[in-house]
Amino acid sequence: MNPEHTPEPASAEPQPGEPIGYRRTGVVVGPEQLAGQAAGLLGEGYRVALVAGHDDGPAGGLRAVYLFTAPGPDRRVELSVHLDRDRPLVPSLAGVSFTAGRFEREMRDLYGIVPDGHPLPRRMVLHAHWPKGWYPMRSDSGDPSEFPVVADPYPFRTVEGPGVYEIPVGPVHAGMIEPGHFRFSVVGETVLNLKARLWFVHRGIEKLFEGLPPHDGVELAERVSGDTAVGHTIAYCTAVEDALGMPVRTEDRLLRALLLELERIHNHVADLGALCNDVGYAILNAHAQRLRERLLRLNDRLTGHRLLRGGVHPGGAMVRELPDVDELAAIGEDAAEIAGLALGQSIVVDRFTGTAVLTNEQARDLGTLGYVARASGLDVDARHGHPVPGVVLPRTQHAHTGGDVLARFSVRAEEVAASVQFAIESVRALDGHLGAPGRPLPAAVLVPSGTRSGVGIVEGWRGTIVHRVEIAPDDGGARTSRVKIVDPSFMNWPALPVAMADTIVPDFPLANKSFNLSYAGNDL
Amino acid sequence: MSALGIVGGVLQAALVVAGSPLLVGWMRQIRARLEGRVGAGVVQPWRDLRKLFRKEAIAPAGTSEVFRFTPLVLVGSTLVVAAAIPFVTDASALGPGADLFAVVALLAMGTATLALAGLDTGTAFGGMGASRATTIIALVEPSLLMAIFALSVPVGSTNLASIVHSALRNPAQVLSPASLLAAVALLMVTVAETGRLPVDNPSTHLELTMIHEAMVLEYSGPDLALVELSASMRLSVFLGLLASLFAPWGIATSLDPVPLGVGVVVFAAKVLVLGTAVAVGEVFVAKLRLFRVPELLAGSFLLGLLAVAASFFLSRQP
Repeated sequence: MNPEHTPEPASAEPQPGEPIGYRRTGVVVGPEQLAGQAAGLLGEGYRVALVAGHDDGPAGGLRAVYLFTAPGPDRRVELSVHLDRDRPLVPSLAGVSFTAGRFEREMRDLYGIVPDGHPLPRRMVLHAHWPKGWYPMRSDSGDPSEFPVVADPYPFRTVEGPGVYEIPVGPVHAGMIEPGHFRFSVVGETVLNLKARLWFVHRGIEKLFEGLPPHDGVELAERVSGDTAVGHTIAYCTAVEDALGMPVRTEDRLLRALLLELERIHNHVADLGALCNDVGYAILNAHAQRLRERLLRLNDRLTGHRLLRGGVHPGGAMVRELPDVDELAAIGEDAAEIAGLALGQSIVVDRFTGTAVLTNEQARDLGTLGYVARASGLDVDARHGHPVPGVVLPRTQHAHTGGDVLARFSVRAEEVAASVQFAIESVRALDGHLGAPGRPLPAAVLVPSGTRSGVGIVEGWRGTIVHRVEIAPDDGGARTSRVKIVDPSFMNWPALPVAMADTIVPDFPLANKSFNLSYAGNDL
Repeated sequence: MSALGIVGGVLQAALVVAGSPLLVGWMRQIRARLEGRVGAGVVQPWRDLRKLFRKEAIAPAGTSEVFRFTPLVLVGSTLVVAAAIPFVTDASALGPGADLFAVVALLAMGTATLALAGLDTGTAFGGMGASRATTIIALVEPSLLMAIFALSVPVGSTNLASIVHSALRNPAQVLSPASLLAAVALLMVTVAETGRLPVDNPSTHLELTMIHEAMVLEYSGPDLALVELSASMRLSVFLGLLASLFAPWGIATSLDPVPLGVGVVVFAAKVLVLGTAVAVGEVFVAKLRLFRVPELLAGSFLLGLLAVAASFFLSRQP
C-alpha cells in the first residue's frame, strides 16, 4: 500500500498553518507567541527536529525557524520568527525541550540570536578563543577580528571529596578516532561525572552550501559525516526535491532505500566487531573486519566508491549493478554468526550486561534517536514514522531494550539481519533497475519564483537525519541560500555522560563505542 | 655456589634476554594466525626494540630519579631472577640465595618500582595504572607464595634448587594432587602478573582500560625498550618457573656439554609450548571487567591454599 494514500486517522489534529511542502505546514509567529505554540505542538507528540538561524541579508533581518515533526501519521510543522537585527531575542524553549535548548545555543554562537531565559547561556559550538560578538554564519560576518590572547578557561564542573580525582583524555586520542575531550571525575574507578567537550572539528560546512547550485551540494552532503554518506545525501536530495517540487520515481526511491540499508549494514558490522575488540575478544573483530571489507568491495562495485558515495542525486539514484542476492544472504549469515558467537561467550556477555545504562525515561527526556533510543525501549524510527512513499520496511522486534551495552549490541545485530532481508527483497523488487544519472531539470522547473524551502527526513544508520534547505533564484539559476543539517549525534551526545554515571572508567571505551557518535556530524 | 650453578646462571640469563622478545613475537604470531590474520612475524618485537634503542632518551619534565632508574631496576631484578631459578641446570647461580621468598620478592619489587614510576610521572594515567597494578599484585603475591610453598612442604626446603632436585629424583611428586592444584594456581598468577588476557589486554590502545601500559605511557626510546624487554623477560621467567617446578625433566645435572645443551633446548621448548598454550587460550577468552579480576585471583589463592593443605596432610601419609 502506498503510504501517500493512507487516510489520516480521524483523531489527528489538523496541522496549524499553511502547507509549504511535503506534509509540512508553516506558521509565522511573533517571539511572544513562540513558547505557547511550541508547547502546544510538543504536547501533541511533536519533537523538535531542527532549529535553524537565518540571515536574510541587510534588508531582511534575521529569522529563526523551528521544525517540529511527529510520526504516525507523518506531520511536520514549522514555526518562523522574524527578528530585528539589532535586537535578535527569542524566548528560550529550553524549559520545555532539552534538544531545543541545545539548538538555541548553537544558533546563538553562529548567528547571535539570543535565547532569552536560557538556563545555560554559555558558548557551545565556538570555543572560548573565538572573538566575542563575531557570528560566522551572518552574511556580513567577514573574517574574525583579533583573537584574544588569553581565552577564558572552560568551566568544568568540579567534583570534590576524599579520593576524587580527574582524568583528562584527549582531544587527541591513541586510536584513529575523531577529536573530543573527556573529563572524568572519578573516585576509585567509578565515574562520578563525565564532561564530553566536543566542537573541535567545526568546518563551517553549512556556510559552504550557501550559493551553490542545488545539484552541486551533493558532494558536500556526502562528506558531512564520512560514514553516513548515503544518509546525509538522501536527506539533502529529498529536501531539494521538496523545495523544487522535483518528482522521484518509486524505483529510484527503492534504490535509495537499498543503498541506505547497505550503509547501515557495513557500519553495524564494523561496530559489532569493534565492541568485541574493546572487551579483548579480538578474533570476532578480525572476522567482522573481514566481513566489512567484503561489504565495502560490494559497495565499490555498486557505486564506484567503498563508502557508497555517488549513488544518490537530486531527482533519483543510480548504481552500476545490483548486489547479488546470494552474496547478501551469505553476508547476513556471516554477521549473525559473529553476533551469535559474541553473545555465546560468557565474559563478553558479562561485560556488556548492565554497562552504561540509559534508562527509557532518560532516553526520552534527552530526545535520543536511532539505535540508542531503540535500545532503551523507544520506538523511534523515521523509516516508519516518516516513511518514503512506496517503500515499506518491516518493523523489527528487539529482544533487549534495557539501555545497556548489551541492548545496543543486540539491537544493531537484529537491525543487520532485518536490513539484509530488506536488501534481498528490494533487489528482487528492483528487477534489474539501475536508475539513471542525474541531469539538471529544465530551467522553468529549476528556477523558483521566490525562496522555497524543503525538508528531508531519513533514518540513517545512527538515527534520524534531518536536512532543511532554502533555495532562492539567482542570476537565472537556483542557488541554495541556506542548508541546516541535523545529525542524530547532536541529540545523542548528551546521553553518553548520563549513561556513564556510576560506570567504571575501564568500561568507558566500551560504552563510547556502543553509542558510536559522530564528532563531525555533530560539529558541522 | 657451584660451577654448574654459575654456568647455568649465565646461560639462563643470556637465553632469557635473547629469547623473550622472540617468545612474545611467537605468541603474537600464534594469535594472529588463529584469528585469521597474517601477523607481523616472530622477530617483530626485536625490530621494535632495535628501533627504540636507537632513539634518544627523553624524560618528562618534573620526573625524578625514580622514573629514570625504574627501567634499569626492572631489567636488573628480572635478570637476577632469571639467573637464580634453576631453568637449565639444577644448581642455582645464587646457591642458597635462590630461595622461594627471595625470588617472589624480587619479582614483586619490579612491579612495585614500575608502580612508583607511574606515580612519579604525575599524570592521571600513571596513577590509575599504578593503582590497578597495586591492587592486582596485592592479590597475586599471596597466591604465588602459597603455590610454591605447597611444593616446598614435601621437600622440607624453600630453596628452589632443592625443590627441582627433589622432583627430578621423585617424579611421582609432580603428579600429586597438591602439585596439580599449585600448578593451576601458578598459571593464573602468571597470567595476571604478566598482563595477559583475561586480566589485562596486551594489545590494547585504549588508555582508560590499560593496567601495565598505563604505567609506562610516558616512557619512550631506550627506556621504553628496557621496560618492554623486562616485561617480556618476566613472561619467560614465569613460564620457565612453571616448567621447572612441574616438568623438571631435561634439566642438566652435570657440566658436560651434552646435558647442558639438552638443558638449554628443553628449557626453550618447554617455555615455547607453555607460551603457545597461553596464546591459544587467549584467543578464546575476553577481558574480564576490572572488578571481576579480584574474584579470579581469589580463586587462584584458594587453589594455592588447598595445595598447601593437601601437601601438608598427604605428605604425612605412610
